[in-house]
Amino acid sequence: MLGLESIFFYLFGGLTVLSGLGVVLARNTMHSVMFLVFCFFNAAGLFFLLDAEFLGIILILIYVGAVMVLFMFVIMMLEVNRAKLREGFLQYLPMGGIIAAILLVELIASASSGVFVSDKMNQAAHLGQEVNNTVEIGKELYTKYLLGFEVAAIILLVALVGAIVLTLRERKDAKYQNISAQVNVRKEDRVRKVKM
Amino acid sequence: MVPLSAYLTVAACLFSIGIVGLFLNRKNVITILMCIELMLLAVNINFVAFSHFLNDLAGQIFVFFVLTVAASEVAVGLAILVAFYRQRRSIDIEDINTLQG
Repeated sequence: MLGLESIFFYLFGGLTVLSGLGVVLARNTMHSVMFLVFCFFNAAGLFFLLDAEFLGIILILIYVGAVMVLFMFVIMMLEVNRAKLREGFLQYLPMGGIIAAILLVELIASASSGVFVSDKMNQAAHLGQEVNNTVEIGKELYTKYLLGFEVAAIILLVALVGAIVLTLRERKDAKYQNISAQVNVRKEDRVRKVKM
Repeated sequence: MVPLSAYLTVAACLFSIGIVGLFLNRKNVITILMCIELMLLAVNINFVAFSHFLNDLAGQIFVFFVLTVAASEVAVGLAILVAFYRQRRSIDIEDINTLQG
């Protein structure tokens, strides 16, 4: 008899893997994005099963709400020749399939043997209702990992500025300020005394 | 109870699917970025699973950092893609050879 937790694990895990396959095999790039959104939702479900509520919500908010929408915008903005993108799809299948199959067998073999199947790794008690995952993460993040947190903030800032700089373009039909010329202007250039 | 190895197996499947996707969709930069996201998601599942079974919150903190880096990577990657599309009117990998790589 499967417990409720196992049923939900197989539901979320199976759907995660299936929608991952959908991302790779979908013909339309937009369908891939939709499959990836579904994949993230199910992965968030897995996170909930592992007592990581904060990260589950973050995954839905940031990934589904921001990153995947960004993907959709870019796909809709760029006019892509779909047939050309599919060229050579089957040509690389044997090579990629072999590499991925070997990797999969190795990973599963290492996951289902050795230290990972000891008694301690087979069951971990779920935390009680009184434990607040967000509070615990906040305590760790703002004390022990404060430096990493600040570095992450700087990385986000650099990415923000970089994305704007990369996509900014000067239009010929619009007027722009020349800021250095404005700052360097002197009184003599602008003001002329007229004798009356 | 679901054992740790079950979570690791799911993550291993996702990671392998990501690798296959990299090989199959070699022409499509957007799909390649999505496959990288899949592989990062697999790594995140591993981190959270170990965090739960070892009863150590450090794994979840690292997932937080991985999410940060992945988000900025996607933002910059898509910005490069848009800038490239303006230049060449194409996002075909074959055309991205200006650096002679």
